[in-house]
Formats: sequence, structure tokens, C-alpha cells
Amino acid sequence: MSSTVIEQAVEREEPAAPKKNYLNADHTIKSWLLTGDHKRIAVLYLISVTFFFFLGGLAAAFIRAELTSPMGTLLNSETYNKMFSAHGIIMIFFFLVAAIPAVLGNFLIPLMIGARDLAFPRLNLASWYVFMLGGLLFIIALIMGGVDAGWTFYTPLSSLYSQTQITLALVGLFLAGFSSIMTGVNFIATIHKMRAPGMTWFRLPLYVWSHYATSIIVILGTPVVAITLLLVALERGLRIGIFSPELGGDPVLFQHMFWFYSHPAVYIMLLPGMGIISEIMACFSRRPVFGYKFVAFSSMAIAGLGFLVWGHHMYVSSQSVYQGIIFSLISFLVAVPSAIKVFNWSLTMWKGSVIFSTPMIYALGFLGLFTIGGLTGLYLSAIGTDIHLTGTYFIVAHFHYVMVGGTVMAFLGGLHFWWPKMFGRMYSEFWGRVSAIVVFVGFNFTFFPQFILGYLGMPRRYHYYYIAPEWQIYNVLSTAGSTVLGIGFLMPVFYLLKSLKSGPIAGPNPWGATGLEWEAASSPPITLNFEGMPKVVGPVYNYDAIEDSESYRREMKEKVTK
Amino acid sequence: MNFPLMPPQASEFAPRYDALFWVISGLTVIFTIMVAVLILALASKYKRGSNADRSNPSSHNTKLEMLLMGVPTILGMVIFVWSAVLFIEARTMPKEAQEIFVIGKRWMWHAQHMNGIRENNEITVPLGAPVKLTMISQDVVHAMYLPDFRAQYHVVPGRYTQLHFTATKPGTYKMFCAIHCGTQHSEMVGYVHVLPQAEFDAWMANGGNRYAKTNLTMAEAGKQIWDDKGCGNCHQTLDNERAPSVVGIYGSTRKLADGTTAVANEDYLRESILRPWNRLTEGYERTMQAYDGVLSEEQVLNLVAYMKSLGQGGTSPVKGEYEQPEKTGRDFPVGRKDPVDIANERGSAGASQAHDLRNNP
Repeated sequence: MSSTVIEQAVEREEPAAPKKNYLNADHTIKSWLLTGDHKRIAVLYLISVTFFFFLGGLAAAFIRAELTSPMGTLLNSETYNKMFSAHGIIMIFFFLVAAIPAVLGNFLIPLMIGARDLAFPRLNLASWYVFMLGGLLFIIALIMGGVDAGWTFYTPLSSLYSQTQITLALVGLFLAGFSSIMTGVNFIATIHKMRAPGMTWFRLPLYVWSHYATSIIVILGTPVVAITLLLVALERGLRIGIFSPELGGDPVLFQHMFWFYSHPAVYIMLLPGMGIISEIMACFSRRPVFGYKFVAFSSMAIAGLGFLVWGHHMYVSSQSVYQGIIFSLISFLVAVPSAIKVFNWSLTMWKGSVIFSTPMIYALGFLGLFTIGGLTGLYLSAIGTDIHLTGTYFIVAHFHYVMVGGTVMAFLGGLHFWWPKMFGRMYSEFWGRVSAIVVFVGFNFTFFPQFILGYLGMPRRYHYYYIAPEWQIYNVLSTAGSTVLGIGFLMPVFYLLKSLKSGPIAGPNPWGATGLEWEAASSPPITLNFEGMPKVVGPVYNYDAIEDSESYRREMKEKVTK
Repeated sequence: MNFPLMPPQASEFAPRYDALFWVISGLTVIFTIMVAVLILALASKYKRGSNADRSNPSSHNTKLEMLLMGVPTILGMVIFVWSAVLFIEARTMPKEAQEIFVIGKRWMWHAQHMNGIRENNEITVPLGAPVKLTMISQDVVHAMYLPDFRAQYHVVPGRYTQLHFTATKPGTYKMFCAIHCGTQHSEMVGYVHVLPQAEFDAWMANGGNRYAKTNLTMAEAGKQIWDDKGCGNCHQTLDNERAPSVVGIYGSTRKLADGTTAVANEDYLRESILRPWNRLTEGYERTMQAYDGVLSEEQVLNLVAYMKSLGQGGTSPVKGEYEQPEKTGRDFPVGRKDPVDIANERGSAGASQAHDLRNNP
């Protein structure tokens, strides 16, 4: 008798999605393609970056298949070079840089600060079109034969020697860069001017802080790479000597200009992910993020110092010894804020009420992988040990630990965390956890052997390694791991899409999380985000671990007695 | 299956490099374990519903933050200084180094020694003496990477760059291009040969060959083998009861033990050296040793050339009595070198003779 009462009560509490929300406000294709709604633009971006992620992943699959044998398996060297170039360019410029800010950032920043939209909705839509145009141009470049200069486009290979579709690809990247500048400007304006009453700077979720820091890097750094790519195109098309000695230019100048953007770009890719981890750790520990101000300012410190370390990509490039040493020193300093973040995220669990949900497993996976990624960065920022490791698979392993183990893990964690908010439905928790674990295991199998390969001396971007067949075993291990990793990445596509149709209705706050996006908005949110103007009265991360854990115990007890 | 964990240490710099490498590795392992233990301990202790004490929580602690910033900073500075010292060592060119000039071009390495010896995709260096590579690229940016020496530096068009090392173990070590330079980037590889000083000096003196040039014609080289193997002990100027003479044998028609006949062309002679019992000359027993596996094809070619030089079609090249060749006592490096190398060392004369021999049987 009593059990039916409870069941009925539960049924009555079953939350319902709001009748009108941003997803069903209008159904025409036009309403999507001409929308100014930051949430719809986020969904457009989500579809786009997912497409690019799997396109880049396909190229990676070819690379790994090729390296199982010292003599290659399927491709010739020219195609192989085009594969790794496509993999790098797509993953960096069309996935990593855009993924978190343009999808989750776009969706959540107005919701988190209590705004109706971003400051410039049309600029936001324009950024998606520019991004897609850039992506289209790059795909045309691929169809016309691809590019073979690597994602780094080192001159004079890219400007005078390569016979591939470099110019078209550069224009594509140039446009993609503008897209991220537009997003960055929009975020900065929104965070400065559109916070709800009571949303002070130190009540901002750390997620917003990290996007703020990211946006500053984007608007300062991206123009430099845009200019650089344009100069390469000019040298290539008009033979204006800038980077090629035979035309009177300097090839090392290109490296300085390129890394001036591309090192901070690492933080463009990583900081938003760090923001996600802060939110997930707080929610599933039911505690405020430990050392909020240290975590917030460490993001700003990373953004600032990140601009002063580009030379650590060039220790052996013929820059001066003294210059290299200074860059090395600053590189060590930039490691400190990252270390602080890891410690603070871990300590967030202290006296918390830890829930091992899918996003939390991704976040814990992030902590482990990012720690290894960060620590292996020491080998490379240390100017002496970098000599032997730069340009080898050690670098490849290191930045995949940071970019995939860091950014992609965080993106997937964030996607699982806010999926119920974005689409109003829950996914299968079981398959979510399985995928998180498969990704973690597959990732380590793929990339750990590459550290050893790098130390043994296998240069990156090598198609054949018949000169050193002893490397094969690690390459085979890595390829085997990448298969597992690929499966882990494909799994969410299925259960997340399935959840859209048949997932349980999530309700406004399925995780019991704090923050305006959970507490003041429905799932999915209405087009204007909030019914009225939200007001912030309490501190950020107002979680109560004691109450959470005790109510959970009571619940369990009831289940047992029942 | 073999799981190598570190590359060979073949330079003076390598062990010092590895010391720092393994110290950082130690720190990496310690910190990774620390973070992992911290995460797992906190996550399991404060798992939702556990009986852990959650009273009086705190979410900031400036002293702790300072400690957590201070320790990594100090350790980082130690590593920084240590590695900067290593780097300065690697980048300070020794004053009295042997200088070798290297040109990188797509997709090969070209090296030139001070005395003019040139090498492609190979660099031969002395053991235990400092070597300085002065490098430049002819086209795009390359990188000279010698993992076993823990040495790497970019090879840039338009400017000279340098790299130095002191090899500590004789042997052959791999050499790579480590900056992507286009289609055949992964084939821009080669070897560094480290030779003990005496051997290196000999190599230099021999114009870049490990063995002194012989300057012998094929026939002369064949005669050396003839003497060396003692062929003339049985095969004398005239047929005798142990063996037929080879004077004038080339092109003559041989009556064989099985009753057939054969023309003594190159194939016949080769076969009779390697497997003499197959085509015994009429009237002879199976006395001769088979030289299959003993002589290289190169040596057989030389022997055949020598036999040809002794006259053809059964006529003696010299009138009068054929004299036994005198032993020269020169030590021909039997089986010690690749036949192709020997052919190259011989120069074009020997090679073209060999060519003629193949094409005009």
C-alpha cells in the first residue's frame, strides 16, 4: 500500500519539459539557419564540430593503420602526409578551438550569468557561417587533393615547395580564425555587460572565468596567426619574400609568428575544458570549488603567461641560447597555475558527497590524463631535455594527453553534464559510464606507448620506419589502443541520439546542481532563457554535501526497508 | 618480443642527458601517483552516503595554496637550472672539434669532410673526439636528429647552424630528419659510423674507404684469389693427372666425363668453380673441392676474368712456357666486405669489365 503511494508521489513529481522551448519554438529550417538564439547556434556548432571530429578521426585511423608496419600498409607517402596534415588541421582549427567555446560556451554563458542572449546575436550567427565557410573551403581543398605541409605550415615548405592545395586551406583557416575572434569579442562583451543583478565577478561560475580568459587570448592571438597565414599565401601566390631565404625572407620568422598564436592556442583549447571540470567537480562533490579565487586567477595567469612562452617550440630552431633559456624559465612558471588547478579540483572532493555519474567519471579521467600531460610537459619546457624529444613521438604523446586527455575528455564530460539542459532528456547512465571508461582505457593504450617511441627517437610525421623496425611493437600497441578509443568515441553518438527520442524527461535540474542555468531555467530553456529577470543573492557553488549525503542515506534506507 | 625502453647512449652527452631525463621521470611518476592517490582516496572516502566526517568543511586555505604553488615552483626551478646547464653544454661548440659540413636537401643528407671526402646519408666520425657539424639546408627546414647521441638541431636554409657531439662507442647509429620536409621526409634517414681513431685515420687516408684502394684489374684481382686459394697447385700450365690446365680454357670445347661436350663460357667456368663435380672434364676424378659458399660472386667473376686473361679457345696467351704466377702476399679482404663496395672501390675499370662479362658471354 505504502509503496504505491510513494510511486504515485514519484509520478506526480515527474518533471515535464516546458511546452515551448528554444528547440520547438519554430520548426522551419529557416528558423534554424537565421536564428539569433545563442542556444540554437550552439546546436548548429555542435553538429558541425561533431562532423569535423569524426572526419579528423577518420584521418587518424588511416595514420594508425599505416604505422602498424615499418613499410606502411595502404597509402603512399604523399597520401600519408596529407592524412596527418588533414588530421591536425581539422582537429585543431575545426574541432578543438571551436568545440567547447562555440558549443557549450555559446549555450551556457548567457544562461550562467542570467542574460537573455549573447551581446551580439547576429555576430554570433555570422561566426557560425564564417566557420562553416572556412570548413567548406578546407574540405574543398581536401577534395582537390589535400595539403601535405602539416598543421604547422612551416615555411618555405608551405610557401614555395609544396605542390598541394595550401592556399585554399590557408584561406579556410583564416576564416575559421575570424569565426573564433567573433565569438571571443561576443563573450567578453557579454560577460562584462550582461550579468544579472547580483552576479558579481566572484559569483561567476569558474566556467565563465575560464571562457573570459580564453576570449582574451583569442582576440589577442588569432589576428597574429591570421596575418601569418596571409603572408604565407602572399609568398606562395605572389612570391613576395617574407619567409623564404631565396626570396630574401627568414624561415624562422614564420615559426615565431606561428607559435606566438599557436602556443596560446593550446590554452584556447584547454581553458574552457578546465572551466567544465570546475563545474562538474563542484556539482558531483556537492562542494564549492576549493580555492575559487586561486582557480579563477590561475586562468588569467595562464592567459597572460601563455603569451610569453611560444619560443619553447623553437629551442633547437636556431633562436639564441639566451632567448631559449628565458622561454624555458617562463614555461616552468606557466606550469604552476595548471598544477594549482589540479590540486584544487581534487581537494574539492574533500568533505564532499561524491557521486560517480558519467560527467564525474569523465572529469576524474581528465584529472588523471591532464596530470600526465602536464608533467610530461616538463620534459619539453626543460630546454636541455627538449633537445632529444622535440619533433618526436614524445611531443605527439604529450600534446594528445593535453588535447585529447584534457580538452576532449572535458568536452565529453561537459556534453554529458549539460545534455539534459540542452535537450531536456536523460541518456543511458550505464552506457555513459561505460563509454567514459572505454575512452580512458583506450586513450592510455593509444598514447602511452608513444612516449616510449619518442624517447627511443621515432620522429613524428614519419610514414616509414624501416630503419628502426624495433619501434613496431609500440606502434602496434598504439594502433590497437586507438581502435578501443575510437569505439569509446562512437558510443556516445548512439546513446545520446537515442536519448533525444526516448530518454526520460530530465526536468530543470536533474543533477541537483547550483547555478542559474539549472536553478532558474527550464530544460530545455525557453527562447528567452528565463521567465523573468533572475536575481543572484547567494554565493556561487552553494552546495551542501552534508545534507546531500544524509538525504541519500535516508533514501537508500527506505529502499532497503521497502 | 622485444620492448626496448631507451635508445643506446653513444655520446658523452647522452648519460648526462639521461640522468636529468630519469630524474624528471621520477618526479612525474611520484606526482602522478600522488594526484591519483589523492583523487582516489578523497573520492572513495567521501563517496555519497559514506560515513565520513563532513563537519566544518572549508573551501579555501591560502597557506595550503601557497604550499601547493611553492613546492612545484621550487622543484621546477631546480629542473630548469639543471636543464639550462645541459643546454648550454650542448650548444657550446668545442674549440678543437673536427668540423664536418652537412647539407640537408629533400630528401637526403650530404656530408663533406675538410679533406674533401664526401658522403651521402652517412657521416663517418672518429671515436672519442669532439665532432662539430656545420649545417645548412638547400631548400626547406630540416632537422639533424641523432637520438643515440641525444643531439638535435634544425638545418635551416639561408643560415648555418651547428651541432656537436663526442661519440663514445664505436658502431653505426641512426640519423633522422626530424622536421617535416615533404613527401619522402621519412626516408631522409641515414647512419653515423663511429670508427676508432686509427681506423678513422685510415678511412680518411683511403679517401673515404675503410680498405685501401687496390687499383687492380679484375684479372689481377682474380690472380690474387687464384694464389690465395692455391688453385695453381693442381691447375698447372699443362694438363696433368690431377687437373686440366686452364690456360686457354675460355671458349674451348670441353669433353665431359659423361660423354657430352660443352663450351667453356663464363657459365661453365663459374659452375666448375662452385660445383666442379657436375661437369667433370673427361678423364678426371671428383678431386676438386666445391667452392660454393666459399667464394663470393665477386670473387668468381674475378677468377673467370683471370682465366680469360690466360688465353682463349685453347691457345696460350704467351708463347713459350707459362710461368706459375708468383704469390704477391697481398692480403685480399676475403669475405670482409660487401661485394658492391668492392666493385665500387675498384673503380670504373673493374665495373665495366664485369659488365662486359655479363653481356658478352
